[in-house]
Amino acid sequence: MTTMEMRKDLFADERDDNLNVVGKGVQRQDMPGHVTARTRFFDDHAFDGMLHLKVVRSPHHHARIRAIDTSAAERAPGVKRVLRGADVPVNKNTLLSLINFGKDDEPSLAVNKVAYKGEPVVAILADSEAQAQAARKLVRIDYDPLPAVFDVEETLKAGAPVVNETYPGNYFEYHERFDHQKLRFGDVERGFAGADIVMEHRYQMSPIEHAPTETNGSIAAPEQNGRYVVHSCAQGLFFALGTTAKIVDVESNQLHFIGGTVGGGFGGKVDSLTEPLAVLGAMLTGRPVRFVLDREEEMLYGSPRGAERIYIKDGLMRDGRIVARHIRSYFDAGAYTRLSSYAAIKCTAHVPGPYWIPNVASDIYVSYTNRCPSTAMRGFGVTAVDFALEVQMDRLAEAANMDPMEFRILNAYRDGDMKPHRRAAKNTALVECVQVAAEKANWPLSEQAKRASSLLGGGAGERSQIPATQLDARGQIGRPDSRNGPVTQVLPAGTTRIAPSKQPVMEGARDGRAAPTQVPRYEPQRPAAPPPPAYQPAPPPYQPPGSYSPAPVHQPASPLPASPPPAAPAQTQHGAVRFSSVFGTRRR
Amino acid sequence: MARHEGRGMASVNYPIGMNLGGDPSQALIHSNPDGKFTVALSAIDLGQGMKQVSRQIAAETLGVPIEDVYVDTADSDTGPHDMGSFASRGTHRMGNAIIVAAREARGVLLEAAAEELEVNAADLVTDGRGNIHVRGAPSRSITVKATAQAAQFKQGKTIAGRGIFLIPLSAVDAETGEMNPNTAFAHACLVADVSVDDETGEVEVLRMTSAYELGRVINPRMVEQQLVGGAWMGISHALYETPEPYYPSPDHGPRDFNEYLMPGPGDIAPYHVTVLERPAPDGPFGGKGPGEMCANPVLPAIANAVYNAVGVRVDELPITPEKILRGIKANGGAKPGPRRGGPVNWR
Repeated sequence: MTTMEMRKDLFADERDDNLNVVGKGVQRQDMPGHVTARTRFFDDHAFDGMLHLKVVRSPHHHARIRAIDTSAAERAPGVKRVLRGADVPVNKNTLLSLINFGKDDEPSLAVNKVAYKGEPVVAILADSEAQAQAARKLVRIDYDPLPAVFDVEETLKAGAPVVNETYPGNYFEYHERFDHQKLRFGDVERGFAGADIVMEHRYQMSPIEHAPTETNGSIAAPEQNGRYVVHSCAQGLFFALGTTAKIVDVESNQLHFIGGTVGGGFGGKVDSLTEPLAVLGAMLTGRPVRFVLDREEEMLYGSPRGAERIYIKDGLMRDGRIVARHIRSYFDAGAYTRLSSYAAIKCTAHVPGPYWIPNVASDIYVSYTNRCPSTAMRGFGVTAVDFALEVQMDRLAEAANMDPMEFRILNAYRDGDMKPHRRAAKNTALVECVQVAAEKANWPLSEQAKRASSLLGGGAGERSQIPATQLDARGQIGRPDSRNGPVTQVLPAGTTRIAPSKQPVMEGARDGRAAPTQVPRYEPQRPAAPPPPAYQPAPPPYQPPGSYSPAPVHQPASPLPASPPPAAPAQTQHGAVRFSSVFGTRRR
Repeated sequence: MARHEGRGMASVNYPIGMNLGGDPSQALIHSNPDGKFTVALSAIDLGQGMKQVSRQIAAETLGVPIEDVYVDTADSDTGPHDMGSFASRGTHRMGNAIIVAAREARGVLLEAAAEELEVNAADLVTDGRGNIHVRGAPSRSITVKATAQAAQFKQGKTIAGRGIFLIPLSAVDAETGEMNPNTAFAHACLVADVSVDDETGEVEVLRMTSAYELGRVINPRMVEQQLVGGAWMGISHALYETPEPYYPSPDHGPRDFNEYLMPGPGDIAPYHVTVLERPAPDGPFGGKGPGEMCANPVLPAIANAVYNAVGVRVDELPITPEKILRGIKANGGAKPGPRRGGPVNWR
């Protein structure tokens, strides 16, 4: 049904395969526990006297809250406490405030208005789940419905309902200047003008559910010395801890988060959907509190993959070379930011896909709409644009009358090619992937395409250069009229304004710590020390499927790459490296 | 009315880790007096195998048997800080932190062994089976267990290590988008073979063939489970799933697995993956990470295969029978494209 094989012959000279256990398909340490049901997940930690928390959710896509009456619910059987927005110590947060990115824009419990259907307004804590659910129906909330907007482009137009008062233009604000993130490399307009064929298409990504087997949830309980233990299914343990500490306003060492074994995530467990209210409930009642989404809540209100609308315009020569690409994309954040602002940056770095194109530009917007906030999901910022790019590539190949595989190899980026975010590509392997897939699929390639290599031809001539680049001030914050402005400046060829990052530190030799770099690598016990033989390629080009042991290549153990001297600290044109200066303001 | 076979492909790359940096992971490793090691982390195992990847990297670097390494994650009282398991960052970021910690612990281990053997620590090697011996002289050896006992009860040494790996934060230029998405990149190409029924609009994925370049493969069986599971998610994403079937209209959303359309066992296609390893210069043993990208090429490859089968471009996901039938109708019938290649070279 499914088979996997390793091609150890490719890039063999870049690897030291003299390893003991890395590269072996040994059984996971947690697998026996999983298959015998001994593994404990967050919901396997019941406490005596545990309360169950359920939230009352908005039935409207967009509405002002006129009044909330919880008196009947408070008197209901088993109910121990009812929480409203005013009970939440810091009732406004944005997830990436932990790295100073963006403004706090989302309440834990809505106060004056709801911005999506399903937004939590009131929380009920009761002795049993059934009692909490029953009391939920007794909460009376008086709503005044407001007009709602669901389309990522309609919401950016003048007169659209304001979804999120923190961002009154219905877009995330980048760099305190623009309503989108720009990418500019070369001159796309001149590229289109000189192209034989110009083609533009619109693509629409659908939202999907993460649909983890284990729904979102947590259990919080008073520990001792004013601490609270939290059994969590968070994908980022300290992300959840920091978010919770901020919202319930305690020091981080008052929270003891336990997790690490999670029943599926796919990005849907980064948002700390339950931990803050569970801890707050435990603080206010002195009892353990369990807050778990049921399947319907997970599906309707557990933040999906955001939809994206993508427009791609390409300039193509008849010989198959792409000479200009412009991408305009709208991320549907839903009502609040969560992580969409970050995905747009990641998308910008990904443009134009794994190809070398001399003129590239993109404009990536994060739009607010009256739907459940979307969040990270597998391939965040990349999956949707890859769908659009690769369907567009299929169209371009057809327009150039070329085989789609040959067309990919012709345009593939190679080592040394300059990418539009102004950094050279390295360690590339797209060409080889296309060649191997073609071979296995019995898809014929020309001799020229078979001879192509990621190591050859990259960075030649203009491929390694940063071209002169047209700049503009389109899309200024609060000025939708400026979205069609003129070119304001031409940045000279070769310009960079962001200092390269310090190279990753690999050897532990930093901050004056003892450097164990002299520690030798693994060496198998041998009868006598043989002279280190020269490298020999692995004899069989194909490993038979099902065989996972690497070929026993004898090669002297080489140390991991030594760390180069640290570069100067990164500097922006603003002269600061704080996130707030990178992405915009953060006002608390 | 007929079923038309079609073939499409897509090629992609994928950045490993939070692309702007500001992305640290920490690891702590210590030995008990019997030479058994605990790796304390705050990484999250979502089922993807984070614990096992950590364990193999730790065992490899320490030079001890994998049975002697246990990974304890994630308890905020004992596990040091980690950003989390997302952005395909686990293997790369945490793996590097573990290497740093394990090298420090190994350094102490060899110093303790050197003291017992009365040799220079730089002359010692491990055999990966629980022994430390003088390079080229296997008879002059001591077990890891005896070394740990000597370190604890005789020499007063802590066989322990701490590690951090940090890709520092990068600014982004407001006008040009210049930045340092300082990561490794993984690569893939996937071919999808489909059959499209021009009467019902139904798509059947017949088989898929792919090649993935992932840097060093730390555990091939776990790579396989990721790539295969991710490909099924890709099929589902391309053809079935959506909580908003008439997006951007929010209506007609499903509430549970009865209403949320997903492929069943009969919709899963035979799949062949070839894995290439071009090691990342900054990866743990050259590892990158197959986490997220494994669904990405499936979506466009299926869309392109549908076009090749019946001549209909579906640019809005999911590719439903309704959209295909409307396309066929608009084109005045199915318009099959050129046949591409022959039967696949695998079974």
